[in-house]
Amino acid sequence: MPIPTTIWLHGANEHEPAKSIYFRDQFVRQCHGWDWRMPVEFYEYRSQFLQRVTMMVLILAYAAVLCSFASGMLALLINQRTSVHALLERVPIQRGGRDWLDDCLTESRYPLRLKQAVFIVLGLSGLLAVLAGIAVLNSQSAFTDQIGLGLPWLPWHVRFDSLSGFFFLIVGIAVVAVSIYGPGYVEAYQEEKHPFAVLGLFTGLFVAGMLLVLLADDAFFFMIAWELMSVASYFLVAFQHENPANRRAAFLYLLMAEVGALAIILGFGVLASFADGLTFDALRQANLSTTWASIAFVLALLGFGMKAGIVPIHVWLPEAHPVAPSHISALMSGVMLKVAVYGLIRFCFDLLTDVHWQWGVVLLVLGTISALGGILYAMMQPNLKRLLAYSSVENIGIIFMVLGLAMIFMANGFPQLAALGLLAALFHAFNHALFKNLLFLGAGILQHQIHSLDIDCMGGLIKRMPQTSFLFLIGCMSISSLPLFNGFVSEWLAFQTALQVDVLDNGVLRSLIPVSAAALALTAALAAACFVKVFGMIFLGLPRSRHSEKAQEVDDKGMLLALKLLAGLCFFFGIFPTLIIAALNNVAKQLIGQTLPNDTLQSWMWLAPVSAQKASYSPILVLVGVLIACAFTFWYLRRNPDTKTMRRAATWDCGFGGLNARMQYSCSAFTMPFRRIFAKVWLIDEQIDKDMQGALDMDVSSIRYRLQVEDHCWPRLYQPIAHGINSAARLVGRIQTGNIRVYLGYSFVTLIIMLWVVSL
Amino acid sequence: MNWLLAIVQTLLFVALAPLLSGWLKWCKCHLQNRKAPSLLQPYRDLMKLIRKQPVVAEHASWIFTRSPYIIFSAMVLAASVVPLIAVDLPTAASADVIVLVGFFAFARFFLALAGLDIGTAFGGMGSSREMTISSLAEPAMLMAVFTLTMTASTTNLSLAIAHVLNEGLVLRPSFVFAMFALILVAIAETGRVPVDNPTTHLELTMIHEAMILEYSGRHLALIEWASQLKLMLYGVLIANIFWPWGIAQNFSIHALGYGLLAISGKLAALAVFLSISETLVAKMRLFRVQEYLSFAYLLGLLGMLSHIILEASR
Amino acid sequence: MNIEQQDFYTQAILSMAALVGLTSFLMLGQGRLLRLIFVFALQGLLLTLTTTLAAYSLNSPHLYISAMMTLILKVIFIPWMLRRQVVLMNMHRDVEALKNNTAVMLGGAGLMVFSYYVLHPIVQTSSAIMLNALAVSLSVVLLGMLLMISHRQAVAHVVGFMSIENGLFFAAIVATKGMPMVVELGVAFDVLVAAVLFGIFFFHIRTSIDSLDVDRMNRLHEVDQ
Repeated sequence: MPIPTTIWLHGANEHEPAKSIYFRDQFVRQCHGWDWRMPVEFYEYRSQFLQRVTMMVLILAYAAVLCSFASGMLALLINQRTSVHALLERVPIQRGGRDWLDDCLTESRYPLRLKQAVFIVLGLSGLLAVLAGIAVLNSQSAFTDQIGLGLPWLPWHVRFDSLSGFFFLIVGIAVVAVSIYGPGYVEAYQEEKHPFAVLGLFTGLFVAGMLLVLLADDAFFFMIAWELMSVASYFLVAFQHENPANRRAAFLYLLMAEVGALAIILGFGVLASFADGLTFDALRQANLSTTWASIAFVLALLGFGMKAGIVPIHVWLPEAHPVAPSHISALMSGVMLKVAVYGLIRFCFDLLTDVHWQWGVVLLVLGTISALGGILYAMMQPNLKRLLAYSSVENIGIIFMVLGLAMIFMANGFPQLAALGLLAALFHAFNHALFKNLLFLGAGILQHQIHSLDIDCMGGLIKRMPQTSFLFLIGCMSISSLPLFNGFVSEWLAFQTALQVDVLDNGVLRSLIPVSAAALALTAALAAACFVKVFGMIFLGLPRSRHSEKAQEVDDKGMLLALKLLAGLCFFFGIFPTLIIAALNNVAKQLIGQTLPNDTLQSWMWLAPVSAQKASYSPILVLVGVLIACAFTFWYLRRNPDTKTMRRAATWDCGFGGLNARMQYSCSAFTMPFRRIFAKVWLIDEQIDKDMQGALDMDVSSIRYRLQVEDHCWPRLYQPIAHGINSAARLVGRIQTGNIRVYLGYSFVTLIIMLWVVSL
Repeated sequence: MNWLLAIVQTLLFVALAPLLSGWLKWCKCHLQNRKAPSLLQPYRDLMKLIRKQPVVAEHASWIFTRSPYIIFSAMVLAASVVPLIAVDLPTAASADVIVLVGFFAFARFFLALAGLDIGTAFGGMGSSREMTISSLAEPAMLMAVFTLTMTASTTNLSLAIAHVLNEGLVLRPSFVFAMFALILVAIAETGRVPVDNPTTHLELTMIHEAMILEYSGRHLALIEWASQLKLMLYGVLIANIFWPWGIAQNFSIHALGYGLLAISGKLAALAVFLSISETLVAKMRLFRVQEYLSFAYLLGLLGMLSHIILEASR
Repeated sequence: MNIEQQDFYTQAILSMAALVGLTSFLMLGQGRLLRLIFVFALQGLLLTLTTTLAAYSLNSPHLYISAMMTLILKVIFIPWMLRRQVVLMNMHRDVEALKNNTAVMLGGAGLMVFSYYVLHPIVQTSSAIMLNALAVSLSVVLLGMLLMISHRQAVAHVVGFMSIENGLFFAAIVATKGMPMVVELGVAFDVLVAAVLFGIFFFHIRTSIDSLDVDRMNRLHEVDQ
C-alpha cells in the first residue's frame, strides 16, 4: 500500500497527539505483517490529511507565483514615493516601525529601500517555490486544482506533480540567488535611462510566467503562461534599448519565441483534435496514429527546441543573452531553457504516451550536434556572456542527448534504463542551472567592475578580486565536469546510460549510441579546454587593460553571497548527489512508472545507478582521499623551516627583459590550435595586414590582425528563409493594386466563396 | 585488510614510479649508445628538488603555488584506483574508470591554469597545446576503456580486470583495436615522442615543459613525480587490462609477490618497447598530432563497434 | 553469439579479421607511398597467416599452397616490384597531401558499420563467424575502393586494387574453407599479370604526361583541348 509514511506519522503527531500513538501502533503492526486490517478511522483520517497536504503544497506554489507578481507590482511604485507615503500614513503602525518607515520614505533612501523590498519579495517567491518543490517531491503524489480565471467555461487546470516540483526547485534556487544578487547589481543603472520600474515589473512577470508554465494542466493555460514568460523576457532583453544591436537581438528573440510558440500550439492542436478537451488528462487519452503522433512530436520539438536553443535553431540565444542585464541572463540561461526542457519532457513522456525509438534517435542526433557545435562556437567567442550563452547550447545538447537515450530505452522496453536516462538528463538540467547561474552572475560582477565583457581586456584579476575569482573557479570546474563537482556526476550518469547499449537489438542503435558517447566525451574535453581559457584569460596572468589593472573586489556583500550560495550548492551536490537522485527517483516513478534499483539508495555515500557490481562512485571517499593526499604532501614538503618560504623572483623572459602583458597568450591565440583542427566548423575570416618600412620595404613596422568567426547557420539556413519570405511577400504584394474598387472586388469574391462553402 | 592492502599498493605505485622512468631512461641511453645514468637517478633528482627552496615568479598567484599539490594528489588518487598487483580493491569501488579519466582531467585543468598564471608566452603556449592534445586524446581514451567496460559489463576497473582474468585466453578483435588506441593515447598524454619530447626545452616544440618552465624546488619535484606517476598509470593500465595474467586474486603473500613480479616484468617490457619506438621515431609537427590522435580515436571507435557488432551481436 | 563460447580457431580468425581491417585503415590514412606499400605487404602477411591457420585447423593441405602463393606474390613480389618502381621514378620522397583525412577515416568507419548492416540478414542462416569474416572482407573491399577514390597517385590506386583482391581472398578462405585449386591459381595468375601490366602502364603514363597523379589525366579529356 503506497502510504506516505513519514508525512502521515508526522501529521498525526501534530494534529492529534492522543490518537497518534494508537495510529503509530497500527502502523508498526502493519509493517510487521501482524494485522493488515485498518480501522475505518484510518482511511478517513488519511483522506482528510491528504486533503490538508494538498491544500498546503498548492498554497505554497500559489504563494510563490503571487509573490513574484507582487514583486513586479511593487517595482511600479518606484516613482510614486508621495502616494506611498500618503498611503502608509493611514496605516496604524507601532512607534518603532513608524520611525523606520519614515526613514525609508525619505527622498534619498526611498529608491534603494524599494529596490531591496522588490528583491526581498522576489526572493520570498523563490524560497516558497523551493519549499513547494521539496514538499511535492517528498509527498510523491500529484495535486490538482482548478482556478476560475480566464474564460467562464474554460477554467485553468492546475496540476502539481513531482516533475513540476523538481523544476520548481530549479527555478526557486535560481530566483533566490538572483534576488540576493539583484540589489547590488541594479544600483549601477541610471534611473532616467534605465527605469527600475520596467526591470522589476518584467522580472516579476517573467518569474511568474515560468512558475505558471510548470503548474499548467491544460493546453490553454500552458500557452498563456508560456507567452507571459516569452513576452516578459522580451522586454527584459530589450531593457538596454539605446543600442540598436540590442534592439535587433530582442526582436530576433521575440520573432523566434513566437514562431516556437506557434509550433507548440500546433502540436497541442494535433493532440487536441484526437481528444475531447484541452486538459492534459484529455490529451493523455488521445489515441493517435503513429504518423500524427510523430507530427505532434516534431512540432513540439521545434517549439520547445527553439526555446531551449538546440542547433540550428539556437541563433537567438547568443544574441539575446549577452544584452540582457546579467541577473536576467542568468535566469534566462539557467532557468528558462530548463522550462523548455520541462515542456518537452511533459509533452513527450507524459502526453504522448507511447514513444518511438526513432524520436529518440532524432533527439540523440540533434543533441550531439548541439553539444559539439555549442562548445566549439563557445570556444571562439571573445565576449564572456556570448561564450556562456553558447555553452548553454552545449549543455542543452547534452540534456537532449540523454533524453534521446531515455526515449530509445523506453521504446525498446527497458523502463529502468529509461529512468536512468531521464534521471541523468534532469540532474544535468539541475546542475546546469546551478553553475550557469553562478557563471552568469560572476560575469555580471566582472562587467560591473571592469565595464567590459571582452575577455581579451581582462587578466590578472585573481589578485584584485580574490573572492570572485575563487567562486568563478568553482563554476568553471563544475561546468568542465571535473570530479568532486556536480557537473561530473550528471555526465557520469550519462555515460553509464550510454554504456547500457548492450541490451538493445537494433544494429543502427547499437552503433549510433557509442558514437554519440564518443562525441559526449569530446564535448566534455572541449568544455574543459574552453573554461581553462576563460578562467586563465580573465583571472590569471597580467592585466591586459587599464580597467582590469585598476579593478577592485565588488563591495556589495549580496552579490558575493549569491555566488557563494550557488558555488556551495555546486560543491554540495557534487559530494552528495544521492540527495537529488532520491528526489529524481520519484519523478521517474511518476513519469515512467519505474525507478532505479534499490542499490542506488542503499547508502548516501555510494552512487551506483545500475548495480554496485556494474558501476559505483563515492564522491565523499574521493574527497577524503584528496584531502589526505594534499594535506600530507603539503605538510611533508614544508616541514623544513629553511625552505618553507618561497622566494619571489622575476619571471623568466629569455633574457630580453621587459616582459609585458601583450606578450601573453591571448584568447584567440589560445584557441588557435582548435581553430586549425576544426577549421570547417566555423566561417573564419582571418586577415593580417603588415605595414612595411625601411630599405626595400622589407622591415615590418606594424602588424594588424583581424579575426572574425561566424556561425554557419546564418548563411546556410536563415538567409535563404529570409530571402524566401521576401520573395513570397513580393508575390503576394502584387494583389495590392492600390485601387479601392479592386479591394471591394476581393471582399465580394471572398463573400461569395464563403457562402458557397457554408452551403456545402 | 583490504583497505590496508589498497593503501600499500598505492604507496607502492608512488614509490615505484620514478624507478620506471629511470629504467626507461636507462634503456634509451643504451639504445642510443650513450652512457646511462643510474636507475636511481630520478629519486636523487626528486630528493634534490625537494630540499631546495622554491623560487616563484613574481606575478604568480595561489593557483601557481597550490597546483602542484592538487596535481600530485589527483595522480595519487588515480593510482589508488588502478589495480597494480592485486584485483578486488575496495578503493576501486569508490571511483570507477570514468572517474579515473576525470582525475586526469582534474590534474590537467590545474596544470594548464598554472601555465597561464605566470603570464608569459611560454606558459600560455604550453597550456593551449596541452588542452588541444588532451581534448582529442581524452575521448579516444574513453572509447578504448569503454571497450573493456562493455566486455566486462562493469566500469569498476578492478572487477573488469578480474573478469578478463577469469575468462582465460580469449582473442578479441575489439581488444586489439582498444590496445592500439590506448597505446597511442598513452604516448600522447604522457608527453612522449612523437607527440612531445620530455627532454626538450626548445620553445617551438615543447608542450609539457613549457607549462612547467617556471616551477622549481618542491613544486617542480611534485610535478615531475606526478608525470612519472602518470606514465606508470598508463603503463599499468595497458599491461593489466590486456595482459592481466599474474595479478594476484587473493591476498596470500605468495600471490602478491607473484603479482609484483609479474607487473614489474610487464612494465619493464613495455618500457623497452617505448624506448625502442622513441629511438626510432622522430617527433612530429604539432598539427600532425591531430591526425595521430584522430587515428587513435578511430581505433577506439572501431574497437567499440567491433565489440558491439562482432562479439556481442545477437 | 558470444566470443567466449567460440573455439580458439574462431577467435584467432576473428582477431586476424580485425587486424586485416586495421591494415586497410592504415592504408587509407597513409600519405607516403613506400609506407603504403609496406602496410600492403603486412596485410598480405596477415592473409598468409590466416590461410596457414585455416589449413592447419581444417586439415586441408592444399591451403598451404595458397598460403605459400600469397606469401610469394603479395608479401614479396608485388610489394618489391611496386617499391622498385616508386624508387625508380623517384617518388619515394613525395608526400601526398590528403585532404579531409579525418573525414575519410570516419567515412571508412561508417563503411565498416554499413557492411555489417548489409550482411546482417545472412547471420540468421549461417554461423556467426561467417558474418564477421564476410563483413570484414566486404569492408576491406569497400575501403580499397575508398582508398582509390581518395588518393591521387596511380601507385596508390594499384595498391587499392590489390587490397580489394585481398578482401575477396580473405572471404574465400574463411567462409568457404578455400576455393578449388584451379580458381585460386587462376586468380593468383591474374593478379600477377595485372601487377606486371600496371608496371608497364606506369612507365607509359609517366613518359606521356610526366606524372603519376591521376588528376593530371584530366588533360586527356577531349573537351579541354
